[in-house]
Amino acid sequence: MTTITSIAPANATGKTHTRTHRAPRRQRLLRWLFVAPALAYMALFFGYPLVNNIVMSFQRYTPKTYFTGEAPFNGLDNWRAVFANELFTDAVWHTMLFTVGSLLGQFTIGLALAVFFSRRFRLSGMVRAVLLLPWLVPMVVSAVVWRRILDQEHGMLNTVLHAVGLVPADGVPWLSSPSVALLSAVLVNIWIGIPFNMVILYGGLQEIPRDVYEAAALDGSGPWRTFRSITLPMLRPVITVVLVLGFMSTVKILDLILALTSGGPADSTQTLGTVTYQLSFLQLDFGQGAVVGNVLILISAVFAVLYLRANRADFGKGK
Amino acid sequence: MSVPANRPTRSARLRSAWNTTAALLILAVLLFPVYWMLNTALQPESSIAATQWFPTAPSLKNFDTAISTQGGSLLTSLGVALGAVVVCLALAAPAAYGLAQFGLRGGQGIVFTTLITQMVPGIVIANAMYSAYAELGLVNSYLGLILADASLGLPFAIVLLRAFMVSIPTEVVEAAMVDGANRFTAFVRIVLPMSRNSLITAGLFTFLFAWSDFIFALTLNTTDDVKPITLGIYQFVGAHVSDWGAVMATAVLSAVPAAVLLVVAQKYIAAGITGGSVK
Repeated sequence: MTTITSIAPANATGKTHTRTHRAPRRQRLLRWLFVAPALAYMALFFGYPLVNNIVMSFQRYTPKTYFTGEAPFNGLDNWRAVFANELFTDAVWHTMLFTVGSLLGQFTIGLALAVFFSRRFRLSGMVRAVLLLPWLVPMVVSAVVWRRILDQEHGMLNTVLHAVGLVPADGVPWLSSPSVALLSAVLVNIWIGIPFNMVILYGGLQEIPRDVYEAAALDGSGPWRTFRSITLPMLRPVITVVLVLGFMSTVKILDLILALTSGGPADSTQTLGTVTYQLSFLQLDFGQGAVVGNVLILISAVFAVLYLRANRADFGKGK
Repeated sequence: MSVPANRPTRSARLRSAWNTTAALLILAVLLFPVYWMLNTALQPESSIAATQWFPTAPSLKNFDTAISTQGGSLLTSLGVALGAVVVCLALAAPAAYGLAQFGLRGGQGIVFTTLITQMVPGIVIANAMYSAYAELGLVNSYLGLILADASLGLPFAIVLLRAFMVSIPTEVVEAAMVDGANRFTAFVRIVLPMSRNSLITAGLFTFLFAWSDFIFALTLNTTDDVKPITLGIYQFVGAHVSDWGAVMATAVLSAVPAAVLLVVAQKYIAAGITGGSVK
């Protein structure tokens, strides 16, 4: 929001470059009309929530607030309450496990598939395209399908695992045991994230010049050595982007978990996203919900900086 | 006996065949949940006990149930997603053009800010917007949900369209303006048709984002007046968890846009994933 307000006056008085030095003020103003609606919208839908969320975290919201409209300021009360809440501490821990576990799985499998599909063979392109489906389907829908597959009694996963003798007849309580549920959520999220990792990493692999590999082959470098000494280092910028984007989309996940476990059993799959939802929209304490939201933003902001540094080369381009 | 030079050798063909087999195996494993969704949807009896491996006696009964209970939600999703596409492109296309071609002061800062907005968690937006929506009477309204869902695609659309429009030569637009068109008509008649492909890509992704939206659907609606399919299936699975066949039929129907776009608009989907920092 600060960017927007500081730009307009600077432009009105400043000189314009390119071939527009004859352009009258009116025309320069007209040019801003192209950008203004989008800026206003972004100020409303991104700027306002960011600011309001900070303000709300110092206000006392009760269900009554929605009749009276009164939300008195209460200092650090919300922050203290949230940080003293064991559910919050647990959610931080779960969010970390969920995010790191998901990223590790998505990235490793995605990279392996990207390398595999870089070989030339029939149907390669077609199969790669179809593999995108899990990523394009709404997350809630995927979660619902997995809920059926992971069902302890009638789920297909336990049936198969039991048939090959890996689990006893009563099966693994994938979603109903507090000690396994978070792992199940991670597994489902890995499944959802594989296509995205695969496609981006595949694109990165295509950018590596062929002759580098030919040179390595001439030097007698084996496949594993080539992968470690050439592929990985040359893929590094793409890897950073994939991991940072993956982090930012995973850390805030809410729909997958709500539809899969609703945060249960025994709060074992509560994350920062689900706790924000629960505090604000179920307990109607928007002040405390805002606190957790702010923590979530703070974590994202750290990675946003990483992302922008990784993207710097790209960002400088254009007019 | 010599092998023609331009034909792959026998061992190369064999290797290709092995790789194709491995690829199909990977596909089968990774797409198994999709198969299971279809398979369960086609078996009306699957509610009672374990699902059969194959729909030996396929029936569309579950789809009847799904459409009669969730058909309205599917239409709601369609309307809201199309509305979000219109809002998003109407805002993004001129903005991207301005940022790409006008050399506006602070333009870089705006692109930078746009990139950052993609990182704001949806639940944070919902948390702060709810009270504003309540005051403006936008809770439980199509307009409210369309406006919120448009935010899911806008940063992506601006970044993607700008990246394309940077490459449009200024002379093309100037020529049109010499002929008497003003900047806006030149934009509509010249720039938009030239940007057709990237507009389609941005529109497709905005549609998919809005169709997949759950957070805004869940938080910005307190009644069932505006219920997109994501919210529909969430409530459906909560209430009818024993009728898995019908739940899976609903799941199939809500996955249809993704599947159709993957087949029909493959080119644009690929361009969207590689061309922008998606999701």
